[in-house]
Amino acid sequence: MSDLTSEEMVARPKTGWLSPMNARRWTNFKANRRGYWSLWLFLFLFIISLFAEFVANDKPVIASYKGEILFPVVVDYPEEKFGGFLAVTDYRSGFIQDEIAENGWMIWPPIRYSYRTINSNVPYSAPTPPFWLMSKEDRCAGYPEGADDPGCTLGNMDWLGTDDLARDVLARVIYGFRISVLFGLLLTGFSAVIGVAAGAVQGYFGGWVDLLMQRFIEIWSSLPTLYILLIIAAILPPGFWVLLGVMLVFSWVSFVAVVRAEFLRARNFEYVRAARALGVGNFTIMFRHLLPNAMVATLTFVPFILSGAIVTLTSLDFLGFGMPPGRPRWGNWSIRARAICRRPGSALPPSSPFRSCYRCWCLSAKRCAMRSTRGRRSNE
Amino acid sequence: MSDTPLLSVRDLSVAFRHGGADNLAVDRISFDIMPGEVVALVGESGSGKSATAASVLRLLPYPAASHPSGEILFEGRDLLKADDRTLRQVRGGDITQIFQEPMTSLNPLHPVEKQVGETLALHAGMTGADARKRVLELLHEVGIREAERRLGAFPHELSGGQRQRVMIAMALANRPKLLIADEPTTALDVTVQAQILKLLKSLQRDHGMSMLFITHDLGIVRKFADRVCVMTEGRIVEHGPVAEIFDNPQHAYTKHLLAAEPKGEPPAHDPSRAVIVEADNVKVWFPVKAGLLRKTVDHVKAVNGISLKLRAGETLGVVGESGSGKTTLGLALTRMIGSKGRIAFVGKDIDAYSFKQMKPLREAMQIVFQDPYGSLSPRMSVGEIVAEGLKIHEPGLSTAEREARVGAALEEVGLDATMRWRYPHEFSGGQRQRVAIARAIVLKPRFVMLDEPTSALDMSVQAQVVDLLADLQKKHNLAYLFISHDLKVVRALANEIIVMRFGEVVERGPAADVFENPKADYTKALLAAAFDIEPVEAD
Repeated sequence: MSDLTSEEMVARPKTGWLSPMNARRWTNFKANRRGYWSLWLFLFLFIISLFAEFVANDKPVIASYKGEILFPVVVDYPEEKFGGFLAVTDYRSGFIQDEIAENGWMIWPPIRYSYRTINSNVPYSAPTPPFWLMSKEDRCAGYPEGADDPGCTLGNMDWLGTDDLARDVLARVIYGFRISVLFGLLLTGFSAVIGVAAGAVQGYFGGWVDLLMQRFIEIWSSLPTLYILLIIAAILPPGFWVLLGVMLVFSWVSFVAVVRAEFLRARNFEYVRAARALGVGNFTIMFRHLLPNAMVATLTFVPFILSGAIVTLTSLDFLGFGMPPGRPRWGNWSIRARAICRRPGSALPPSSPFRSCYRCWCLSAKRCAMRSTRGRRSNE
Repeated sequence: MSDTPLLSVRDLSVAFRHGGADNLAVDRISFDIMPGEVVALVGESGSGKSATAASVLRLLPYPAASHPSGEILFEGRDLLKADDRTLRQVRGGDITQIFQEPMTSLNPLHPVEKQVGETLALHAGMTGADARKRVLELLHEVGIREAERRLGAFPHELSGGQRQRVMIAMALANRPKLLIADEPTTALDVTVQAQILKLLKSLQRDHGMSMLFITHDLGIVRKFADRVCVMTEGRIVEHGPVAEIFDNPQHAYTKHLLAAEPKGEPPAHDPSRAVIVEADNVKVWFPVKAGLLRKTVDHVKAVNGISLKLRAGETLGVVGESGSGKTTLGLALTRMIGSKGRIAFVGKDIDAYSFKQMKPLREAMQIVFQDPYGSLSPRMSVGEIVAEGLKIHEPGLSTAEREARVGAALEEVGLDATMRWRYPHEFSGGQRQRVAIARAIVLKPRFVMLDEPTSALDMSVQAQVVDLLADLQKKHNLAYLFISHDLKVVRALANEIIVMRFGEVVERGPAADVFENPKADYTKALLAAAFDIEPVEAD
């Protein structure tokens, strides 16, 4: 008891909203600089992409028209409000822009294209390279008044060029990032819940339960996953949730081995025996005593599944069995990149392998840091 | 003996880098070992004695470990500055080391001949028939019977004592001048320990070797060493000839260490007290299955027909060496494993109860385990650990009442109530064992099974825990089933003992009688080994 100073013993240490243990984990995590910066980089990109509508959109964020404040990003105003005739206002058209400019003002997002907006002012036939690879005359050549046109502003420029349908690549990257990361996170979350539960039951009870479930998993995981995914994707209408469900059917298996091993190892530990001697029930022991220890291995495994899920989604897209056409996602950049590889300037930045590598690295660095955080602390 | 020391450690420090800061594990210590002399380094865990021993052969995890100061002169050469080539010649040649754990210090995939032959091939260039002859010689020397047949044996086919003998044979292979023994007998049973120590002593005398002997056990030091260095917190606080230190300790820590023998009077036997646990002819047999159809061909009789009666406020000591079935007996009595034979708890026959039926009884029947590092869930705070049983058995308690009970239990075992927010890894071994005891007594049990509760602890902490257990027993009129191989602790706590071997009772009776006047040969051997470290050939 001598090694405890008196002030440490006074009362429950207050560390804000983190428990002392979590506070220490956070400190450990921060100590791993690479992981720490990767986390911030990832969060920054993720949060930006979550608000993609406010970052890259073909509608103004906020506008004032004849004294009325409008929020075109969230509300669809019919064009007749501005004297037009379309059901949905095309804010990019010169007529509407002039109309609003005369009767008020509007604030655009930094990028004035959505993932499906077609840039009608490309200087020559799409795809085009990023604007900073062209001279001012060239990049404004698509506008009626050339370099002096008021529409030829920074917000209308294509930072990463356009694809073959003249859609802004950067906008598609942002929307694509959002959908693939959300997909990966959801898939990993659901797989973890199923996989951990299955692994826990097998590891804890062992015996016949373990034997039967292990044999089932062996058969299940030796199915050629990608072909079955292709078959199912061909039968069911492609969509976010269908794809998620289909991939979930196979991806939970990867958690089982890790969790099962942890439970098998820990179920004979003395603290588990001590809990049994107290009369604690099986499921409480599993949940309270074994799961927190198994979580170390599980969390270490999560980023692999996450990047794996994104890669699988990308490869399905590449094969044409992914999301419905028109949605932005990383797989079809691979196709485009392959088609446009004559022009590295427009193909490289968005090309999926490049991006995936970067992001898998980002997640892996986080994983390393996470592992060091959750690793067993021994001060002995 | 000549006047120049064989090994001279001057001003040695060892630092370990941990989280960016250097922690000093050994702080400027100096000692000499003369040729043919046995020097013991004594200290409790964390005193830096093993780090000192490991620095002689530079076996520490460099660069995480470093030596801020000092030199280690072996025959005039500074080993700390020697290059790798020189060092490799010294290691296993002039200086050899044997380790604590005979299980993990032998390569499980090498047979005995290869294990021992490796050092011969490396240092003496001996191979083939010559090497085999020398290996056999060595195995005879370390007292392995039927050495010819053991040449092809793998480590798992040998007993703990035999493994340690093989380790010693490896260490002796090249006739070293200095043997470093780092707790060589701590993992062994007392009777085996006595045999190994006798062997080491006679080998040391025959070869005129010097020895650096690391141990926490003062009994061994007294029996074995010529000079002793007492270490605590990285410093040598006292050193000198063994007789002098034991008879006339100067430093407070040495006095404390010498006084740390577990003391105390066991409770008196009183037949009028209520019987808490009663067992008749309890058997635990594990089936041995063989063949394709997994037919039971034989049984391992871990516990074979044991009867006992335990009264409130009394302690029954169960004594035996590893594999004697004493822990299995305890687990059977608490119905943690299946058994045959009648077991009664406070008058109720519980041997046929299911896990569910047992649940209400668990409150009155608690277990404290041996390893305080393994028996506390590492991801729960101490408060949660102690409160867990209360949540199950007294769900009616309000949060405040429960907190109060947890606090009271922690204070009762000598911990501060505010320590409940901390996690097990923040505590020392002794404190953890106190937490484990608090977890048991918070439920106000009537019967506590103590499974070697002191054997993972340092000597002085052991004595404190024994005192604590005795106090709690008096206060709450607890019945203890005290399982231990450590006879000193048993003598301080138990009023009646059972000596077990191979699952059966060898001798039983009031503790005082058994200790004063043992009848069975095995008990005699056990007592001689434990108290006088004298081997009795009973293998």
